[in-house]
Amino acid sequence: MRRTLLAILFFVALVAIWSALVRANIWSPILLPAPGQVAQYLAHAFQDGTLLTAAGVTLRRLLMGYAIGLTIGLPLGLLTASSKFVEDTIGVMALGLQTLPSVCWVPLALLWFGQTEGAMLFVVIMGTVWSVVIATDTGVRTIPPIYARAARTMGSKPLHKWIYVILPASLPFLVSGMKQGWAFAWRSLMAAEIYVTILTGFGLGHLLHYGRELNAMDQVIGIMLVIIFIGLLADKTLFSPWERFLHRRWGTGRT
Amino acid sequence: MSLQEELQGPPPAKLVVEHVSKWFQQKRQTVHALDDVSLEVAEGEFIVIVGPSGCGKSTLLDIIAGLEKPDKGRVMADNQPVLHPGRHRLVMFQESALFPWLNAFGNVMFGLKLKPGLRNSERREVAKFFLHLVGLKKFMQANVHELSGGMKQRVALARALAPNPRVLLMDEPFAALDAMTREQLYGDIQRIWEKRRKTIIFVTHNVREAACLADRVVIMSPTPGRIREVFEVSLPRPRDFNSIEIAEHASKLTAALKEYGAHAAATGS
Repeated sequence: MRRTLLAILFFVALVAIWSALVRANIWSPILLPAPGQVAQYLAHAFQDGTLLTAAGVTLRRLLMGYAIGLTIGLPLGLLTASSKFVEDTIGVMALGLQTLPSVCWVPLALLWFGQTEGAMLFVVIMGTVWSVVIATDTGVRTIPPIYARAARTMGSKPLHKWIYVILPASLPFLVSGMKQGWAFAWRSLMAAEIYVTILTGFGLGHLLHYGRELNAMDQVIGIMLVIIFIGLLADKTLFSPWERFLHRRWGTGRT
Repeated sequence: MSLQEELQGPPPAKLVVEHVSKWFQQKRQTVHALDDVSLEVAEGEFIVIVGPSGCGKSTLLDIIAGLEKPDKGRVMADNQPVLHPGRHRLVMFQESALFPWLNAFGNVMFGLKLKPGLRNSERREVAKFFLHLVGLKKFMQANVHELSGGMKQRVALARALAPNPRVLLMDEPFAALDAMTREQLYGDIQRIWEKRRKTIIFVTHNVREAACLADRVVIMSPTPGRIREVFEVSLPRPRDFNSIEIAEHASKLTAALKEYGAHAAATGS
């Protein structure tokens, strides 16, 4: 209760400082709109449906790309951790590609797929897969070898060992890998939406882009807030419960 | 197989180690870990292997478990050569090696689920029985990190006993525990051994522990790992860890260890 109150107080204070800065009239109101103006824009965009439609379009792309990225990334990470050959080939490639900022995939995606949904999806997947591979690989490698030894003495065969020992043992790392993948997917998609205009759907990134084109600072800041809010929400609802469960079981971190 | 038979357990195994040698390839050199080690263990016997670190005692245990393959020689368990790890020879490690994603009960069930020929309800009964036996009735649902070091090793013991192995291999299982807990566990392990009559091979560097638990104590010396001497300990059980007799036996073992240690150092082998 006390913690919630303090958090609310903190954000109220932030808005108050913002509003004070606007009143001080240091910058042009075109560059720094008042909080009320931004709220007004958001309310308006919410009412006429643009905001919800755009968020829907963006989330659909994000979830699809993320799901595909995970489906490819998790097994690949397990493979690179267990086979020297895959480690030396795909593992090195993943490490290299992971260092490539996901915006760098945009020109290639545009040339290959044109201004289509496919281009969006491709950028998101490329942004997700490699970081998931690396996180999963690291996770499996940090499992104490004694777990596998103990399982083997109890008669665990390779397949059984993978399903009942290696996978659950690497769960904390898989979850942090998934979380990282989510962050990368989110970033890639925003980059793609800001750079690529396509007719099949206007996402949040497009709204942000047009906010800049129209010099509508209230829209730019409003959409940025929405993007931050969605990121926070995903973290709190998708990942935090998992992490709490793992911390309780493993006895790591704060409980 | 009925539940009753399952809880009684099969007869303990006879174990023969025949001329086992083992080398480890390291970056700069080859380490001769075991040199022509032979050992016969009778059914239901409690053997303790003592030696300084690096004498290959843990390697020997791994080979008996089937986790490592010998370069020369072989291990026979009930006239069958040991080729793989298997649930007839279960290992209890120095760290408990319990799985943190399972609770105490789940950990004991892990080995049982790998044992064919039992119904799941029977497996649960067996797991409960062994958790009772090690005195952890109240902690069945506890997460691993909530257990103390001694309780963890008790769960590990229950996990190793539950699938009814014929040989129990223990690799310094109490080394990381405090003295009080250790002494309690000496009592427990003797009580359980009397009841279950497993063949036990127990590795330690603690001579007092060896004298307290063993029928026979095997003394090993390092570089290369060799068996030097075998002591009989024919004291009645249960033995008190703090008794004078145990101390006397322990000092004999210490003297032997010092002699072989000095010998190994002098010959530079």
